[in-house]
Order: sequence, then C-alpha cells, then structure tokens
Amino acid sequence: MGGIPHDHYEPNSRGEKWLYKRLPIVGLFYDTLMLPTPKNLNWMWIWGIVLTFCLALQIVTGIVLAMHYTPHVDFAFASVEHIMRNVNGGHFIRYLHMNGASLFFVAVYAHIFRGLYYGSYKAPREVTWIIGMLIYLMMMGTAFMGYVLPWGQMSFWGATVITGLFGAIPFIGEPIQTWLLGGPAVDNATLNRFFSLHYLLPFIISALVAVHIWAFHTTGNNNPTGVEVRRTSKAEAEKDTVPFWPYFVIKDLFALTIILIVFFAIVGFMPNYLGHPDNYIEANALSTPSHIVPEWYFLPFYAILRAFTADVWVVMGASWITGGIVDAKFFGVLAMFGAIAVMALAPWLDTSSVRSGRYRPMFKWWFALLVLDFFVLMWAGAMPAEGIYGVISLIASAYWFGYFLIVLPLLGVIEKPLPIPATIEDDFNAHMAAKTGGMNAIVNPAE
Amino acid sequence: MNAMFRKFGAPVAVALSLTFSGGAALAAGGEVHVEDVDFSFEGPFGAFDPLQLQRGLKVYTEVCSACHGLQYVPIRTLHDDGGPQLPADQVRAYAAQFEVFDAELDDYRPATPADHFPMSALENAPDLSLMAKKRAGFHGPYGTGINQFLKGIGGPEYIYTLLTSYHEAPDCAPDDFPGSYNSAFGAGGYPEECKDEHGHATVPGSWIAMGQPLYDDSVEFDDGHAADLENSAKDVAAFLTWTAEPKMMARKFAGLTGVIFLTLLSVLLYLTNKRIWAPLKGKKNG
Repeated sequence: MGGIPHDHYEPNSRGEKWLYKRLPIVGLFYDTLMLPTPKNLNWMWIWGIVLTFCLALQIVTGIVLAMHYTPHVDFAFASVEHIMRNVNGGHFIRYLHMNGASLFFVAVYAHIFRGLYYGSYKAPREVTWIIGMLIYLMMMGTAFMGYVLPWGQMSFWGATVITGLFGAIPFIGEPIQTWLLGGPAVDNATLNRFFSLHYLLPFIISALVAVHIWAFHTTGNNNPTGVEVRRTSKAEAEKDTVPFWPYFVIKDLFALTIILIVFFAIVGFMPNYLGHPDNYIEANALSTPSHIVPEWYFLPFYAILRAFTADVWVVMGASWITGGIVDAKFFGVLAMFGAIAVMALAPWLDTSSVRSGRYRPMFKWWFALLVLDFFVLMWAGAMPAEGIYGVISLIASAYWFGYFLIVLPLLGVIEKPLPIPATIEDDFNAHMAAKTGGMNAIVNPAE
Repeated sequence: MNAMFRKFGAPVAVALSLTFSGGAALAAGGEVHVEDVDFSFEGPFGAFDPLQLQRGLKVYTEVCSACHGLQYVPIRTLHDDGGPQLPADQVRAYAAQFEVFDAELDDYRPATPADHFPMSALENAPDLSLMAKKRAGFHGPYGTGINQFLKGIGGPEYIYTLLTSYHEAPDCAPDDFPGSYNSAFGAGGYPEECKDEHGHATVPGSWIAMGQPLYDDSVEFDDGHAADLENSAKDVAAFLTWTAEPKMMARKFAGLTGVIFLTLLSVLLYLTNKRIWAPLKGKKNG
C-alpha cells in the first residue's frame, strides 16, 4: 500500500507460501504494520491509537452490557440498576462504557484539532479528512442514542429536545421527527430503535475507520512539518521514515497507558463526575427537569444552536428573505450542522500553500483563538441561555464560522510563510536527535 | 398533530428559546445551603463503615420505610462485602418482616433475602434506592466540582442537611401554609407573604410535604452509639449512599488496581520506547 517505497512482505516458510498463494492476508497485516511513518511525528500523533482503543473498548463493554439490558420503557431503567447491582462486574463495565464515551470525545477533539493545526486535511489527504468527519458525525449520533438507553430523565428529555430539532425543518420537519421517534413522542418505539441503531452504528464506524486508515496509508501520514516523505528511492524514503512497528506502536502504547491511568482513576474514584445526577431519576414524561443540558461533548454545538435567537440581525434577515420559512429555531439548527459542515470543507477553504501551522506566523494566532473559542462555546453551552451568555455564545459562534469562511481563505493570500525544512530528516535531526544539538539542520525560527 | 405532540412540543420550544435557567424549578424557594459532612467512604481510599451502615439500616427500617421504599435493592445484599455485612441469619430474619406478593402463589408471603426491599408505600414518597446519586450535593451546580475526587458526589451531604434542616416556620408564613418548613429544601411550596417586593424569597429553603421524620433518639442503636438527630441523620445518609452505590468498594479497588498496573506498564513502555529510539536519535544525518 501507499506511494512510499518500502519492503513488502515475502513469505518464507512453506506454510506461509501456501497461504500466500491462496490469501495474502499476512501480507496485508505486515504492510499495514510496517508502514513507513515519518520519524518526526510528535505527541499529537498518538490520538489515532487512543481512538482505536476507545472504539474497541466501547464495542466490547457495550456487547456485554447488551446481554443484560432490556430495551423497553418499563424495564430499561431497572435493567441498568440490575447491571449496576447484580451482574458480576457489571457496575465497572457500565462505568467504563459511560466514561469511555467521554474519553472517545476527548481523543477525537484532540485528533481533529491536531489535523487543523498541521494542515492534515490538505491535499492529498482530503478523503481521509472527509471520512474522519463522517466518523465524527456517526460518533455523535451513537453517543446521543446511547445516552437515551438508561431511560433516565436526561435521557428522555435530551431525546425530546434533540429530535425536536428535526421538527424545526420547515414543511417536512414534523413527519421526519415522527419517523425518527417511531411515533408522536419519545416512547417505547424510540427506545427500541435507538438501541438497535446504537448497536449497529459502531460497526459502521469500524468499517469507516478501516477506510480512514486505508486512505492515509495510501497518501502517507502527515507530519509536524507538513513536508512530504521523499519517494524517489527506497533509500531516501528510509531517511525520512521508520516502520510503524515497533517505533510508533511502542510510543503510542506508552501514551495510551498514561491516558488510561487518568481514565481508570476517574472510573474508579469519580465515575459520575461527567454525568448528570438527573439521569438517576427514571424518565417521566410529566416532569421536565429544570435544566436540560447535553453531555459535555455536545456543548460547543449546543451553544451554536442556541446562539441564533430571533433578535439577531442575521436571523431576522434570513427570516425576511425567506418570508418567515427560516425562523430562529430552524436557523439555529442550520447553524449547528453548518458549524460541522464548514469544518468538513476546510480542505477547500484553506488557500495557503503551506501545510503545517508551524510555518504560518499569522495562522498560529487565529488557530489559538479557534481553540479558545471552542472552549468558550463549551462553557457557554452549559450556561443558562440568558443575558450575557447569549451574547458570548453569539460572538463565539460568529468566530467559529469566521475562522473557516473568512480567515482560512484570506490568510493564504496575505500571509508570508516562514522557511520550511527541505526534508523530514532535517527536521528530525534539528528537533529530536538530541545528540546533534540541532547544529546540522536548518535554522527554524518558528519553533 | 395530536395532543401528545403538543405536550412534548412545548418543552422543546421552551428549551430552544433559551428561557431555561438553572434554578427555574427551584425558584419557588429561597437559597439553600448544603453542608459538607465528612464520611468514611470519601476519597479514593475511603471505605464504608459496616457498623454505620447497620445503624443507618435501623434508622431506615424504623423511620423511613414507613413511607419510602428501596425497590432496586435486593435484601440479600445486606450480607455482601463492602456493605452492612449483616450475618446471613440476621438477613433472613430481617427479610421475613416484609410481605411480598408472589405471582406464582398468587398470594402474599413473607419476603426472603432473594426479594427486593418493598416499594414506597406512599404514592408521593420517592424511592430512596438512588437518592444519594440523584441529589447532587454541595459541590456547585450539578455536583460536578473537581473535588468530587476527594469528597464524592455530595448526595449523602444533601440527605444529612435535609434531615437536620427542619425549623420552626418563619413568622411571615401563614399558619395554615401546607408542608413543613425546611431551610435546605428548595423545590417545595413557598408562601407569597415571605417574598419581598421584587418577588424574591426572604427566607432560605421552602415548605416540604414530608413532615420532620427524624428527631433526637428516634431510634436506639444496638451498639450504644449516640442517637441524636445529627448522628442518626449521618448514619442513614451513609446507608442510603450504600443503597445507591452498593459496589463502591469493589469499584475503588478495581480502579486502584487498574491505576497501579497501568503505571507499571507505562514505566516499562517508557523504557522500551526510549531504548528503541536511542539509535535513531543518536546518529548524525541518519
């Protein structure tokens, strides 16, 4: 696989040769594992392994939970309590699954922002980026439906509010909402289909992950310099790369264990830290919780959803132009999905010829502001939507769109990039090979 | 659309139009303050005190169980490690005091340890099985303060504070105002007479439907422990925490085991990583 010249698998023993003629599966694993990987990857390139681990963890714990869970409105809540009290180890498996979702999103956000900073989305890696965005969307859908399954108050009212978003679409919204819910309101049909889809989607995600990996194994990894691996000869390529095994497997596993130490401390000592106490109250259609808040990983987009109220001039303009078809509610829904859409379009919005943010002096500041903006949105999404919080959400939402739609296209034109190292090897020797003292590589003023 | 849709459409619209505030439903009452109480089971190494859980069980049985149930708790778990650890024969004797309906017999029979505690006897008395988890405590809104690591979710503190915060009703309230005044309960009724000209509450808490359940010496502890209001409230709060999180000890142990083994593994991986990269990082120009 891939355009980087390297040694391929050669069957040696008789048994290997026998199998190789019939099914070259060992070769597939060998080439995947021995992929030439830029040797200057930094610690932000560990999240892929963390995410793969999360997917496996969620599938394994989820399958066990499904053995004991009952997807019925009368029994769902009690069956979760049954898992917590009577199933051997069930309490720990459920807490792993519950907090595993949070770890999954921590990792995916780190992974996405790494891609945004180092320009991993740029040609020729657009397909990897788009598939990644699809995975992210599916993760959100899966997490949302999973949160409904315990059938607590937040499950029920979260489902009511979020499916209500689809009801905001003009003309076809209500039929779509009814179709999603399997009835006029969140009820047993909803719980059943969410359970079914919550079980199905992770396997579709797994398939997309395979395609995601296939895509970047074809183009080769990006790296902190954004400079491509030299491909003219195997000897040159080998100066820029090392095989994934053992160099990055061990490095990534080391990073994973550090992350898992924190994860196990949370699961063991404060498993409900990220949850809502209200979800330990069984769902009740007649009692609305005072404060319906989504899980933390949805908060930035929830803030964008709520930011566009009827008194914002863009909303008034949209409403006037469309003759009232686009009202504030629908505008908010469009903004929320739009916020993810503009991110997915980053490969075509970014006009800079330089890939890595390391060599883009102006981009760095705008990017830092985007990261800050993301956390401001997350905070604003958790606040009651009134007074100053509404204004803050609106400004932060505006910057989110501004970054992708204005800053990225403009910067490529007006920014003067810094000199880029000629090869990955130069960068590696300058930064990572301690004994050379960085003397033999180009001077890199950006770092 | 039909009536059901309208019923659920309304809250959606409300949520979307951003009118919810943190205290909307609690706005009826005044400010409430939940006290921080030290419990033996706080922190990564904290453990339930079986004697305290047994005392709490007695408070629950003699006081709370008149109205409240523990429908998710199997009676046999009173014998479990990391719980009250009642001897098996005492668990059997304890179970026998409850009557349960047996579908196979089509009749009532005395409960066995395999049965659950009864459900709440009163329609409006909430089940207490998860009370310590569904009521966030003093750690800021929603109990998500970072000191959860050391202090827990704050639910037992809430229960303790509620039980010890019944007071003489303030003078502003009419004599016939329904409920009992509790300075730690925010979600109850609140008389108009006790609001200032801006409609803000002038006294903390609100009027709760439950009359004061627990007094000094409501129960007598077999171990001779003092049974004043504070102590019995603390004991029953600890017991209810166990009913909400019966596997807490096993969970902390598993978490600690995980942390220790992962730390060892990370050290080994760190050394391995350092070693395999050393030749690459040592040589000049590849």
